This record gives sequence, structure tokens and C-alpha cells, in this order.
Amino acid sequence: MKNMKPRLKVREQEAVERNNNFLEVALGYSLEEAKQEALRCIQCKNPRCVQACPVRVKIPEFIKLLLEDALDESFETIYDDNILPSICGRVCPQESQCEGACILGIKAEPVNIGALERFVGDYGMDKDLADKPVPASNGIKVAVVGSGPAGLANAASLRRKGYDVTIFEALHDYGGVLKYGIPDFRLPKDIVTNEIDNLKKMGVTFVKNAVIGKSITIDQLKEEGYESIFIGSGAGLPSSLGIPGENLSGVYFANEFLTRVNLMKARAVPDSLTPVKLGDNVAVVGGGNVAMDAARTAKRLGAKNVFILYRRDRKSLPARLDEIHHAEEEGIDLRLLQNPVELTGEDRIVKQVKVEIMKLGEPDSSGRQRPLPTGKYKTYDIDNIIISIGQKPNPIIKDNTAGLDTQPWGGIITDEYQMTSVEGVFAGGDVVTGAATVILAMGAGKDAAHHMDEYLKNKHARTS
Amino acid sequence: MYKIVDKKSYNQDVDWMLVEAPLVARNAKPGHFVILRVDVDGERIPLTIAGIDGNNVEIIYQKMGYSTKLLGEKNVGDTIEDFVGPLGQAAHIRDKKHVIGVAGGVGSAPLLPQLRAYKEQGAKVSVILGGRTKDYVILKKEYEAFCDHVHITTDDGSAGQKGFVTDALNPLLESDDTIDHVIAIGPVIMMKFVTEMAKKHDRSIDVSLNPIMIDGTGMCGNCRVTIDDKTYFACIDGPDFPGEHVDFDELMSRQNFYKDEEHACKLRLKKQ
Ligand SMILES: Cc1cc2nc3c(=O)[nH]c(=O)nc-3n(C[C@H](O)[C@H](O)[C@H](O)COP(=O)(O)OP(=O)(O)OC[C@H]3O[C@@H](n4cnc5c(N)ncnc54)[C@H](O)[C@@H]3O)c2cc1C
Ligand SMILES: Cc1cc2nc3c(=O)[nH]c(=O)nc-3n(C[C@H](O)[C@H](O)[C@H](O)COP(=O)(O)OP(=O)(O)OC[C@H]3O[C@@H](n4cnc5c(N)ncnc54)[C@H](O)[C@@H]3O)c2cc1C
Ligand code: SF4
Ligand code: SF4
Ligand code: FES
Repeated sequence: MKNMKPRLKVREQEAVERNNNFLEVALGYSLEEAKQEALRCIQCKNPRCVQACPVRVKIPEFIKLLLEDALDESFETIYDDNILPSICGRVCPQESQCEGACILGIKAEPVNIGALERFVGDYGMDKDLADKPVPASNGIKVAVVGSGPAGLANAASLRRKGYDVTIFEALHDYGGVLKYGIPDFRLPKDIVTNEIDNLKKMGVTFVKNAVIGKSITIDQLKEEGYESIFIGSGAGLPSSLGIPGENLSGVYFANEFLTRVNLMKARAVPDSLTPVKLGDNVAVVGGGNVAMDAARTAKRLGAKNVFILYRRDRKSLPARLDEIHHAEEEGIDLRLLQNPVELTGEDRIVKQVKVEIMKLGEPDSSGRQRPLPTGKYKTYDIDNIIISIGQKPNPIIKDNTAGLDTQPWGGIITDEYQMTSVEGVFAGGDVVTGAATVILAMGAGKDAAHHMDEYLKNKHARTS
Repeated sequence: MYKIVDKKSYNQDVDWMLVEAPLVARNAKPGHFVILRVDVDGERIPLTIAGIDGNNVEIIYQKMGYSTKLLGEKNVGDTIEDFVGPLGQAAHIRDKKHVIGVAGGVGSAPLLPQLRAYKEQGAKVSVILGGRTKDYVILKKEYEAFCDHVHITTDDGSAGQKGFVTDALNPLLESDDTIDHVIAIGPVIMMKFVTEMAKKHDRSIDVSLNPIMIDGTGMCGNCRVTIDDKTYFACIDGPDFPGEHVDFDELMSRQNFYKDEEHACKLRLKKQ
């Protein structure tokens, strides 16, 4: 590995500039840059990177094709395993997946697989390469609940196998967290819309404003002739801190804050009908992608001092590395080992957050050092606080489906074929695992399509 | 897109509308609500389902601000962009003998299907309909069709008794031992006072809470309310709750948090 060139940095918008807009931060590689970075891959015989990708994208192959200028084929190679390359290239936690395992990472820096995947994905999107003939309908109706990455991947796979697929979405727009959660400066919304249009072109039917369990129950879907159902309803319900003052005005859950901004377009203030009220001093609680997104969004909406309160240390932050760097570049202050214990207000509007200083103890079940209280406290003046400490599934489907087994925290229980306790009903994505990642949800949707296909084939073999 | 099948006005501020929405109509029960967006840039606003007629859903709305006024500008044959439901928990119809409903203004709309359900279950039902003036007492005829007693109060005395709903409720709770349950639906301040009165007279009470909502599926947490020191999401756990332990002051404060911004929207409506 002598004479190895360093990893090629992706061009970015300057921090001072991007703090005032919602345009994408990472600008991506040009073809020349992509090829330069692609040259760094040593084309391992037993590629560790592929093993570490949840959907086993054939990484050395697509990189080789890129180098050979066979871009169409390169796209197809990725698309075989991952129908959302433009999205995953941007939002996968590469450092703990593909890139984290890349052999080059042992002595130097890993290949920038994410940026390469994004480049090839965007190329394919521009050339409409995903628009391919699909088989005619086989007349068997299947229903997909939720239009997040799990539902989209499931629907695409089933449609390609010939099924007549309908996606039911509770909100007025499709894409799940990709639309209402992850901000444009990380994932421009036209990319998500493009993926949804691809599915429409394939003949997938989309029904919005349909809350399964309420508008139609799972049983009613069966009565209507849907022979198998996939539940990909995500983990939308925000967890609370459980401390005094949490219901004061000015205290947001990240979901409310981000939904107001992304789905309801509050950033077009003062023209938005669903605005978001934000003062100068904003605290964000949590250390994941959601917290980083909330903090960076607050900054872009004009908050002067935005700081993150996280009860563990820097190396335990679960957010993508890129996002932590970007947040710091944008002037967001990380206040580590600090745990909010009380919110106080005036006239029922939040004004202060009291935090307890924490120290690190023994590793806990997650392998990270457990944060321990020290009995020392600090208080900060704030105008808003945004809570981003995790999500669990909402109870609507669980409460309205007889015989559907769930975990105590609300997750749907599935067997090794991803079937739930209700025959013919499958599930995958955040609703099964709890809040996880786009690629895991997508993979679960795709795998479930395979199991549903097997199930339906068996069923029809038995009856014919 | 959801077609407006029929529409009428009760007074200059309150309309009734019938909207074609089979996916809402199918499973709707008393106490459920919808969330609608008038047009593609619209905000999501919650309205109670006032009744069901085949595939059509009845709503009754007061033109309070920008979105409800915009809705009021729509006519029969026009369409509404989004209309989702039935959301929330259906009203819990308790085992009671004599129920008195107390409605403030447009609260008489959500109250109607609930009181009807009590009547169908064999309970005696009375109602107090309160409004600013005679014009704001709506659905009187509909209530008269099935209620054992209909009492009217207006702030100015233009119909029924002059005063607030509580002025009519107090003597009834004092004199009529058979009344064993109260339901109050209307402005929060009214529900707060009716709850205090019910508590004083040792009667159980249900109220219908109306915090600001966005998604209505338990995702945003905007709609949280405190009951007996515990947090609930009104869109999935409610909107109906036993009144006794509701933190009404918190609800009022949370409702008012966007007052200035709503005012800005109204100004825009005037400019147009
Ligand atoms: C702010 C934020 C930032 C994130 N950043 C990253 C990141 O950088 N990288 C990464 O990999 N992951 C990230 N994640 C996590 C990732 O987005 C999720 O793991 C993923 O979206 C889960 O996909 P899903 O399809 O299971 O559910 P979702 O994306 O949640 O989609 C579920 C859909 O189902 C709908 N639904 C719910 N209930 C019903 C019902 N009863 N009937 C009909 N429809 C229903 C919902 O409205 C929603 O549209 C982030 C999450 C958030 C919130
Ligand atoms: C479960 C529920 C059922 C309801 N049923 C009815 C009904 O049957 N008829 C009726 O006339 N009204 C009903 N409301 C109230 C109705 O939603 C509001 O009047 C409406 O949203 C006002 O919007 P606006 O833009 O016209 O007025 P604005 O000027 O924006 O607001 C006026 C007031 O309405 C409230 N409000 C504003 N936006 C929202 C929102 N997104 N969600 C909830 N409240 C909001 C606020 O308290 C505000 O001060 C209900 C509310 C809830 C939560
Ligand atoms: S899908 Fe994600 S983990 Fe897999 S190769 Fe692409 S960026 Fe890496
Ligand atoms: S591990 Fe790294 S060098 Fe090896 S094939 Fe994968 S990307 Fe290329
Ligand atoms: S309205 Fe969003 S959680 Fe209830």
C-alpha cells in the first residue's frame, strides 16, 4: 500500500454560507474525482466492505465498472442489491458499515464508498436507469403499510415479482422519515420524490391519508382480497425525558420540530401556515442523527446559540461522523457528559434547563461506558429545547389488530421469515427493530418481499 | 382530493359540510376526528366527525382563523386536498342513567353523536347549549329531536337564559339527583369551569381536549396533555378524557403559543 493517495475529500458548501440555507452540504464528486477515489480501491478478493454492508452491495465490482467508464453497468450492479443508492450513499453510517471494514482503513483511510455510491446513484437517477420494464400483474393483491424505506423497498421487490402492490400511507406525503425527518441539507427531497415516482412508473399504487388500523384495519385489508400484508410503519412515537417541565411551551420533540420544518415547510417563514417558533438560545438533547439534524436546522432558522446536551462522551455519540463534524463546523456546541434533569419556565414558557454533570463508569449492555451521576449541576438559559432521545412504534396498528404480538416497548414480533403472529402479515424496518437506519429498513423490506413471495407461492400451490 | 357534497351555514361564523371520504366513513364512531388540509400548502387542522352518511362525513367548523376561513370559502362541488381519519379513540360510552351534555359554541357538533349514543343505550339525556348570541346556538333542532331537555344560554340573553352554561348547569346539578354524568365540550376555559362544578357536585365528567395537532398519529408530540401528572398524546389517547385531573391551564398555554403567528395568517387573509 505504498504510494497510496489520500482519501479524496468531497467538496462541500462553506460552513458560513450553508448556515443560511437548506441546500445540500456535501456537493459530491465529479466523474474525474470519482474515478480518482475509485483508483484507491485495491479490489480485494474477499472484500470485507461487502460483508459489512447490510445489503451486501457488490462494492469492488461497481467501483471497477466505474473505472472502466461502464457507468450504466456500475449503477445496475448497485441497484441489484440496493434500490436507493442516491439515498444510502448520502445517509448510511458508512464508518460503522462498509467503510468501517475497508481494508485500507487499517493503515490509512478507507475508500469513500458512500460518495462513490452516491455518484453512481445520481448518474443512474439522471439517466432514468431504474425505469425498466416490469412483469405484468399476476393478479395477486398485496398491501404495504407505510411509505418509508422499508415499505418502498418491499413494494418495489414485490412489484418486480409480478404482484399487484398498493402502499397505504398515513400522512399526506410519501417517504416516511426520508421526507419528514431528514432535512434537505443532507438529503434533498427531490431525490426521495424521484424514487417514489420510479415506483409509480412500475405500477405500484399509492394511497395517502390512509391510517391502517383506523381508516382500514388489517382484517379489512384481508377481506378486500389483499393476500399478504407488509407492515413498515416505522418508529415515529417520540420518547420523553420524563423530567419536570417537559410540557412547557417552547419544548419540542425533534419530530415536531423537524416535521414543522420539512413536511409543513416552516422554513418558508413567514409564509408558512405551520411555522415554528424559535428563540436565540436552543438546547438539543441527544447525540444521534436526529439530534444533529435538529441542531443544524435550528441554526439555519436563525438561532444564535445552539448546543447539544449528551449524557455520554464524544466517542459514544451515535450520529454519523460526517454529521458530527458538520455540526461543529457550523458552530454547534457539544456539551458532553451533561444530562438534563429539570426544565423551568416563566408564564409556562421554558426558560432554563438544569443539567447534571455525568462521569463515565463501567461499560453497559451496549458496550459503551455507562454515564454516572456526579451530584454536580449547571443551569443554562434557553428559549427552546428540542428532545431527540429516541423513538418507538406508535400503538395504532398494535391496538387495532387482534392477535398481533408485540414487544413491551411496542415493536412488532416476527419469526425468522419476518412473519408476524398473524398469518400472511409480515413486518420489517423500524417497527420491528426500533429506530435504526435507512439501509437496515430497506434491507428488511426487500427480504420480507422474498418471504412473502414464498408464502404466496406455497399458498397458491396448496389451493390449486 | 375529497369532494364537498353539501354545505350550509348556521350563522356567519359556523358552517356544516358533507365531504365524500369513504376511508374515513367506513370505521368512524362518535368521538373520532379527522385532520384535513384545505389545499396543497395548507396546515393540517383537526375537526370532529359530526356524523356519517354512507360514504360521506359531516363536519361542523367555526371560522376562527386562516385555515377554517379558507375552508369556508369552498363550495359544493369543490374539493379538499387531504382528509384523513377516523383518528383518536372513539368516545367511551359509560354505563350511566342520566347524562347532561354541556356545549359551548361549536362544541355542540362533537357532543351530538356522543349524546345520541347515550340515548341509544337507554340513558336519559339533557343538554345545555351555550353561545354568544342566538345565532351561535347551533344544532338546537337536532338536539330537540332526541333529548329529554334542551336548555339554552346566551351571553346577551338573545335566546334562552342570559349568562354562561355554568349558570344553567349549577341549579340542575343541585336539584336533579338523577344526573350522574356530565360531558363538556367547548372552549378550554368553559370545560375547566364545568369540570370544577361537576367536581363540586360529585358528578363524573368527560371533556374533549383540543390541543394543537399536526400529524394526528402519535408522531410529533405537539398534542401532549397532562392528566393526573401523566403525559398523554391527545391524538391517539384522546381526545376525550375524564375531566377531573386534566391540567387545563397547561392546555390553554400550549394552545396560545402560536397566537402571534396565527394573527399574522389572519392579516394575510384580509390582504387577499
Ligand atoms: C431526523 C432523522 C434523521 C435520521 N438520519 C439517518 C441517517 O442519517 N442515516 C440513517 O441510516 N438513518 C437515519 N435515520 C433513521 C431512518 O430514517 C429510519 O431508520 C428509517 O427511515 C426507518 O424506515 P421505516 O421504513 O422502517 O420507517 P419510516 O421511515 O418511519 O416510515 C414509516 C411510514 O409509515 C407511516 N405510518 C405509520 N403508521 C402508519 C399506519 N398506521 N398506517 C399507514 N402508514 C403509517 C409513517 O407515516 C411513515 O411514513 C434518521 C431518522 C430521523 C428521524
Ligand atoms: C380533536 C379536535 C377536534 C376539533 N373539532 C373541531 C370541530 O368540530 N369544529 C371546530 O370548529 N373546531 C374544532 N377543533 C378546533 C380546530 O381544529 C381549530 O379551530 C382550527 O385548527 C383553527 O385553525 P385556523 O387556522 O382556522 O385558526 P387559527 O387562527 O390558526 O387558530 C385559532 C385557534 O385554534 C387552535 N388551533 C390552531 N391550529 C390548530 C391545529 N393545527 N390543531 C388544533 N388546534 C389548532 C388554536 O388554539 C388557535 O388559537 C378541534 C380541535 C381538536 C384538537
Ligand atoms: S448501502 Fe450503505 S453500507 Fe452498503 S455499501 Fe452502500 S453506503 Fe455502504
Ligand atoms: S475493502 Fe476497501 S479496498 Fe477492499 S474492495 Fe472493499 S472498498 Fe475496495
Ligand atoms: S398530533 Fe402529533 S402526536 Fe398527536
